[in-house]
Amino acid sequence: MARRSVEPLLWTLFSAGGVLAALLLPILVLLLGLAFPLGWLAPPSYGYLASLLHHPLTRLALFALCSLSLWHWAHRFRYTLYDGLQIKHLNELVNPFCYGGALAGTVVAAYLFGFVL
Amino acid sequence: MSDRPASSPRYATHHPRWLRTRVSTWWWLQRRAYFKFILRELSSVCAAWFVIYLLLLVRAVSRGEAAWRGFLDWAAAPLVVVVNVVSLFFLIFHAITWFNLAPRAMVVKLGGKKVPGVLIAASNYAAWAVATALVAWLLVGR
Repeated sequence: MARRSVEPLLWTLFSAGGVLAALLLPILVLLLGLAFPLGWLAPPSYGYLASLLHHPLTRLALFALCSLSLWHWAHRFRYTLYDGLQIKHLNELVNPFCYGGALAGTVVAAYLFGFVL
Repeated sequence: MSDRPASSPRYATHHPRWLRTRVSTWWWLQRRAYFKFILRELSSVCAAWFVIYLLLLVRAVSRGEAAWRGFLDWAAAPLVVVVNVVSLFFLIFHAITWFNLAPRAMVVKLGGKKVPGVLIAASNYAAWAVATALVAWLLVGR
């Protein structure tokens, strides 16, 4: 019964993460993951990047993106293992790994965007 | 008493057979659509990878210019580049499948009339274009 009541919340997080990941991740991977490190485009100056990341709106947006994308992963990956590989007997391991991972990532992101920056 | 057969018949206990055929673990390799489904679900792994990458990037920037340069060097290593190329393809795949599913996931009504699915998908793609342009504007040429 407890699982049933928490399922809509998990699905909402999954869904919100899916939207944010779809909207923002492709361009972020293209620029931050490939174009800047490989020198296809000149990376932004350090001063600009630091001030951009310090802006409260950027921090809030990135925190939401990071946290919700991880919850999206947790929910989807859990059911991929469940349906795809049919390892239902390992649910006691898979669920803590997925949702625990998302929770840990959320804590790290909150710490990074809330305190470190 | 006397009309009982001399040797009582032996009854076998009834064993109902499970009406379940065992599905192969590799069922999703049997059809293109199934395979596509699993690939779509696995795109979430790439999202998780890039979140970790992003958090490492932000940490590097918070530690100063040298750490940021070091991060860019690390990110140019062949293994990281390969992972990011694969992630880019998977995340574009995620975006396309996500936006194409949107009309089926949400029913929008305007003035009592159902908004056609094409319009919902189109507005999702428009939002994708705007978000992409905004990120590019914030990061390129700065």
